[in-house]
Amino acid sequence: MGKKVLIADDEPNIVVSLEFLMKQKGYTVRVVTDGEQALNAVGEFGPDLVLLDVMMPRMSGYDVCQKIRENPAWADVRIVMLSAKGRDIEVTKGLALGADAYVTKPFSTKDLMAKVLELLGE
Amino acid sequence: MSDRIRFAVALAAAWAFLLATLAAAALLVAADLSDAERALVAPLLREHAPSVVAIALLALVPLALILGVLHRRHVTAPRQLAEDARIILAANPAHRAPVRGSGEVMRLAESFNQLADANAALRHDVESRVRDANERIEQERNRLAALMSELAQSVIVCNIEGRILLYNARAMQLLRQPQESAAAPGKAHSLVGLGRSIFAIFDRNLIIHALEGIHDRLREGARGADASFVTTAPAGQLVRVQMAPVQGAAAGQTPAAAVEGITGFVLVLDNITRRIEAGNRRDLLLQTLTEGTRASLGSVRAAVETIAAFPDMDKAAQERFIGIIGEEAQRLSARLDQTASDFADSLRTEWPLENMRGADLIAAVRRRIEARLELPTKLEAVDESVWLNVDSYSLMQAITYLVTRLREEFGIREVRFALETAGALAHLDVIWTGAPLGSETAMTWQTDSMNAGGEASPLTLKQIVERHNAEIWYQIHKVTHRECFRIAIPLTQPEEAAWSAPPGLGSRPEYYDFDLFNQPGQTPEQDNRPLAALSYTVFDTETTGLQPSAGDEIVSIGAVRIVNGRLLEHEVFEQLVDPRRDMSPEASRITGIEASMLEGQPTIDKVLPAFRAFCEDTVLIAHNAAFDMRFLRLKEDAAGVRFTQPVLDTLLLSAVINPQLDSHRLEAIAERMGVNPIGRHTALGDAIMTGEVFLRMIPLLAEQGIRTLGEAREASQKTYFARVDY
Repeated sequence: MGKKVLIADDEPNIVVSLEFLMKQKGYTVRVVTDGEQALNAVGEFGPDLVLLDVMMPRMSGYDVCQKIRENPAWADVRIVMLSAKGRDIEVTKGLALGADAYVTKPFSTKDLMAKVLELLGE
Repeated sequence: MSDRIRFAVALAAAWAFLLATLAAAALLVAADLSDAERALVAPLLREHAPSVVAIALLALVPLALILGVLHRRHVTAPRQLAEDARIILAANPAHRAPVRGSGEVMRLAESFNQLADANAALRHDVESRVRDANERIEQERNRLAALMSELAQSVIVCNIEGRILLYNARAMQLLRQPQESAAAPGKAHSLVGLGRSIFAIFDRNLIIHALEGIHDRLREGARGADASFVTTAPAGQLVRVQMAPVQGAAAGQTPAAAVEGITGFVLVLDNITRRIEAGNRRDLLLQTLTEGTRASLGSVRAAVETIAAFPDMDKAAQERFIGIIGEEAQRLSARLDQTASDFADSLRTEWPLENMRGADLIAAVRRRIEARLELPTKLEAVDESVWLNVDSYSLMQAITYLVTRLREEFGIREVRFALETAGALAHLDVIWTGAPLGSETAMTWQTDSMNAGGEASPLTLKQIVERHNAEIWYQIHKVTHRECFRIAIPLTQPEEAAWSAPPGLGSRPEYYDFDLFNQPGQTPEQDNRPLAALSYTVFDTETTGLQPSAGDEIVSIGAVRIVNGRLLEHEVFEQLVDPRRDMSPEASRITGIEASMLEGQPTIDKVLPAFRAFCEDTVLIAHNAAFDMRFLRLKEDAAGVRFTQPVLDTLLLSAVINPQLDSHRLEAIAERMGVNPIGRHTALGDAIMTGEVFLRMIPLLAEQGIRTLGEAREASQKTYFARVDY
């Protein structure tokens, strides 16, 4: 069965590439553009992995991440945070709040895919 | 006895003595005579008796002349000399005693005059020296005043009790009170004034915290110990305050003596509101530049790499990716242009962060929490080597705020602190147990405005953390499995502080005789201070009637200050108050305040805080103070202030001075004391009159041995009037 990936980012131009890449790998993809939608989609869509942008309207990626981790039912969801905020302190915060990986924009698509494959155990 | 009578008595005595001598001689002769001789003499005597009486009377004349000369030389002359001496001493130093009388008295008069000459020369010398010294001081003061008025910064000099001794016009301007009366727009009260308390302007704890920092640095042996902090002025401006200690004349050389020798401090205030705003704008620009650039670059890179990785993708997909690349490239160019133009006028922000050992910060936080919140604290692992670059006061405020909310909303019983390093960061953990906070609450706490331990801050937790380039989040502490807030702060090197005083301040000119610093403290020993040395706020209220408990309200408050025995007519408080009830015609007649004048005036709950600030740290004086205090007291809750300072009542003091008199009305006292009744029945007019009356009472009270505040209050209590209950 194909794995499911949720892309939460409010920048359509990056979403196009991410969506294309994930579909190429045969994953089922859902795209949302703010934090609240992201949290809802985690419940409805049940993704295996979330590509989570930090700077989103309504609810920040940090908050979404912390909420996901507070729900034991979602313990298996892998979270990759994507952010234009690249300081050490933000990376530390993202990881502390339960993200499995923190990727700073701009990133290499190859590295990102490698990270996604690794997290999905493929 | 008058001189004339004395002379007459002396003359009579001398004459009587002469007659008695002659009579005694005649009797002796008569006793020796035989009867025949007596028979011969007696008719002779009888025949010549009138001539004998005449001769006896004539003898008075030379006697009077001789006595007169003696009296002039030996009685009148010394007495006049004594009077001349008194005139020289008391009234006219240029007067000289005329040289006359006996030789001895003349020599005495000459010596007196020589003494007077010597005294006059000495006095003249002293006067000219005093004049010179005063001129020098005046010159130095003028120089200082010129220097201070030229300064772009506001300067306030305080003694160690926080009383303002000196300030410049800019300080007065900067620290105007926000509240303006509708009757006189633009005439806002300034909180700055001679003898007033700095604590009415800045948080007492903030000043004490900065002073403690200076003490610590002096004890470590630093030469020029300054402290700086950022706070808000009463009108809301952001002010950077630099504090420098003022050493007394007896300041010693050792660090401990240097701390002991601090007699006051100088505050240099800088309004950085604009700069901070500019800094915030710059930060925002920088952020949009870097983050925006990263985002666009991310989209471009992902698109390019995708095209490269899948060369055989269909035409439509390829065009879409190329479109993205073009769009993002244009967006990048536009952003760069925008930033370049905006950035040019942004100034560098100087938020004063200071270097501090992390362990010291935690120790300070623990002391504060234990003292303020009476909450036990404990330490987990603390890395002693951690140095941080912080605004210690605001960070302490932030942590206190967190702990306050934890205690108030979750009833935690204890809080623990841990400090560890993680790469280039320090993790400061605030740890507790038994309060499942949840991330949502933790998030709202970060953006709520802080209010902890009675101290409100205009900043939010988030802003304070951002100011330190730090991050804060809520998590489960790994070691203890307890809940915690983790504050991640960049580590710093222990050597240099990030912000230091500009050069030049190190070599301070010695320009002011800080004599005023020698005012004793306004602390528990206040009662032992002489009345003439205290600072007072003399006030009066006008009301709608005489019964506060029956709903009568204050319609006007007037107050004036007395500092160092002088009534400062320019430091006044005058405010009409909307009583929120009708003004009776009777009350209007007495007070001269019409209902129409009160429309649009602030209500008492707005006015009392301003009045409280005006009279901070002074002794209150009012005529029939019990009446005014009763009105104030009833409004304390509504206004959220307390009037706890000592109070003196001129009515009671008048009763102390003149217990036998019936009338102690203000007019009656003023008339007795020779004070002009001006502007009666306006609150300010009455306050000024009460102040004048009080000043004239001080020497009269001293005559009764009442010299200190404590004695004055004690004597007041004992008067009959004090027993009348209002």
